[in-house]
Amino acid sequence: MKILEAKETVIALAGNPNSGKSSLFNALTGSRQHVGNWPGVTVEKKEGRFSYRGLTFRVVDLPGTYSLGAHTEDEIIARDFLFSHPDIVVNVVDSTNLERNLYLTLQLLEMGASLVLVLNMSDEAKAKHIEIDQGRLSTLLGTPVVMTVAPRKEGIPELLERIVTLRGREPRETFRIKYREDIEEEIAKIEALLTLYPELTHRYPSRWLAIKLLEGEKRILQEMNRQSFMKHVFPQVEESKKRLIDRYGEDLETIFANQRYHFITRLVQECMRRKGEEKGTYTLSDRIDRVVTHRFFGIPLFLFTMWLVFQCTFALSEPLVGWIETLFTFLQEKATFILENLGVADFFISFLVDGVINGVGSVLVFVPPIFLLFLAISLLEDSGYIARAAYVMDRLMHILGLHGKSFIPLLLGFGCNVPGIMATRTLENREDRMITMLVNPFISCAARLPVYVLFTGVFFARHQGWIIFSLYLLGIVVAILTAKWFKRYLFKGETSHFVMELPPYRIPTVKGLFIHMWERGSSFIKKAGTIIIAMVVLIWILANLPFGVEYASNESIIGKLGTAMAPLLAPAGFGTWQTAVSLIFGIVAKEVVVGTLAVVYGVGEEGVGEMVRQHFTPLSAYAFMVMTLLYIPCVATIGAIRRESNSWGITIFALGYSLIVGWTMAVLIFQVGQLLGFH
Amino acid sequence: MRAPERTLLPLSFVPAGKEVTIREITSGERWRHRLLEMGFNRGTTVRVISNHHGPLIVALYENRIALSRGVAHKILVQEE
Ligand SMILES: Nc1nc2c(ncn2[C@@H]2O[C@H](COP(=O)(O)OP(=O)(O)OP(=O)(O)O)[C@@H](O)[C@H]2O)c(=O)[nH]1
Ligand SMILES: [Mg+2]
Repeated sequence: MKILEAKETVIALAGNPNSGKSSLFNALTGSRQHVGNWPGVTVEKKEGRFSYRGLTFRVVDLPGTYSLGAHTEDEIIARDFLFSHPDIVVNVVDSTNLERNLYLTLQLLEMGASLVLVLNMSDEAKAKHIEIDQGRLSTLLGTPVVMTVAPRKEGIPELLERIVTLRGREPRETFRIKYREDIEEEIAKIEALLTLYPELTHRYPSRWLAIKLLEGEKRILQEMNRQSFMKHVFPQVEESKKRLIDRYGEDLETIFANQRYHFITRLVQECMRRKGEEKGTYTLSDRIDRVVTHRFFGIPLFLFTMWLVFQCTFALSEPLVGWIETLFTFLQEKATFILENLGVADFFISFLVDGVINGVGSVLVFVPPIFLLFLAISLLEDSGYIARAAYVMDRLMHILGLHGKSFIPLLLGFGCNVPGIMATRTLENREDRMITMLVNPFISCAARLPVYVLFTGVFFARHQGWIIFSLYLLGIVVAILTAKWFKRYLFKGETSHFVMELPPYRIPTVKGLFIHMWERGSSFIKKAGTIIIAMVVLIWILANLPFGVEYASNESIIGKLGTAMAPLLAPAGFGTWQTAVSLIFGIVAKEVVVGTLAVVYGVGEEGVGEMVRQHFTPLSAYAFMVMTLLYIPCVATIGAIRRESNSWGITIFALGYSLIVGWTMAVLIFQVGQLLGFH
Repeated sequence: MRAPERTLLPLSFVPAGKEVTIREITSGERWRHRLLEMGFNRGTTVRVISNHHGPLIVALYENRIALSRGVAHKILVQEE
């Protein structure tokens, strides 16, 4: 231990879902990790650093987990990290639910982790008149205990002290639960065999290993199967298992779990008191839920909420969009004026003004609606409503052969499809996970908004909110039908079970909401400053090549490229080379669609809106929006699908499928629309 | 130690407002373990908060948990 003195200390944050790990992570490191009032917010390892008393600590925020049993992808990530011997484990528990949260604590202690138990949400425990005897708990578990309120940073100084004290300490005697006599006998037999192999017991405590072998822990079994000497141990494990199963009439995981819960019950009896407890009362959350999850009103209420979100997003952002538009037009004029006066070459002025300012500006104009959309999503997340949305949609999701939990990734997809796809990690069943992942790109993310706002602003100014809402709905319908079809033919299997915690409603803090909105919204601005600038510049250059060609004419490279593709789009009503190019480059990021149109239309005085009016009809504009919604996911989303599905085959299939669906829908809408007399 | 068989009924049959004790979970091993680690353990008391069409909501200590009907069907309980 002494040699490691100079190295940074690794702290793992572990605990049940929604217990406040990420809040604590933020309090410790000063970062702004995503926090939300529903289980399953964090689905990957997140690292941060902090220094205290001249020591450096590396903190790892983990996905929430109920035990080390790991049933889902995100839990596997948590378990694997906890098995990798972090120096210190900070176990964050919800003080109002010790009985459930301590189950993981016991598993961590049995593993021999150097543990600090954090009784978080102690404000809520207080409000519920729950009293916890911190000292007694600490004595009985043999581990330091700290009370905190993570979002308000209460208890953090004490936690830091405990961490520092624990850091240098020699590994103490491992905590042990005393199981029933007959179980202890079998553990002892296996342990005796295991201690013959010190290379093993260096890595894991022998008692813990014996218990895990009895329980049949999959990861440990896998690892042990590779060790040749285990063939001397396994027969004893099998024999012990058989004996215990015969005696208890249950499998071993259940036997051990029961004994642990038994231990917890006594522990809690001794350390915790509920004062003024009234049995059978309904909390405020319960009463709200009576309305929100009502069998008839639940779904209409959800739809109304979503409708409200979109209407507000547009109504509130409209004036702001106007101001930013004016600002950029002004910038363009001023820049042209100044540059001309400076005697800069026309070529370069055109590059800066028509290319960079115009292209990027046409995207940045949409900052207000995007920020407002993220604000609305944060409101749903932080209040706890999102878990209820999953609950009320469960019935509809059942029709698709999925269940309510699959709905959360879809909802998150309205912000951005990448976190939506990552959120599928919390699903128990691989088939469900694949389906939910593959339909996510059809959910209209914030990056598609600029296209909608631009086109509806030109053609449907009076019904803008409704037209945009119809596009969102279309995305959902396509996602639903696709899911149904995939479930029937590609990823068959029974409908899995919906089991999910509904956290109490919490009043979102203004600070929390704004951090949330900023963290997500600013990535859009960052994108505008990097990818979108790069694409716009590239397109501008291609529009000027080969040398001597007229800017953005169909003789330029980009013009030729677009002209080659355009006939394919003609049946959908927008068969011009400019739209073809914008769709091609839109694959890089959907925001680029508008940026590209701005650059290739050359624009100047009139603005991209005017050019759109000249090149589209209301019908072809709608078809184009549908195409943008469905045709091919952006590169980041494709990457996410590849990573999460771990298969190129599935990824390529997803691309082909969405291209066909997008094109077909756009063509259908245009052709049928024409037959019906729209134009 | 076991309660007499006749008093066992599936959780899905328990009306809202009733408090019951879990006696047995008859689902497949995977879900039984899942429920176990979430706190649905033999001898634990749960209170049904809502039970109509669709998933149930039950109170497990201070928490509220949504359980699909299929799962609730396989949790056998005993009335207090
Ligand atoms: N009242 C109160 N609320 C808290 C406290 N700590 C966290 N919260 C809230 O609890 C919710 C969950 O917090 P997170 O930090 O996202 O929880 P988590 O453990 O990271 O959750 P997962 O990543 O889903 O496992 C958020 O709404 C927090 O604002 C606390 O001490 N008191
Ligand atoms: Mg988290």
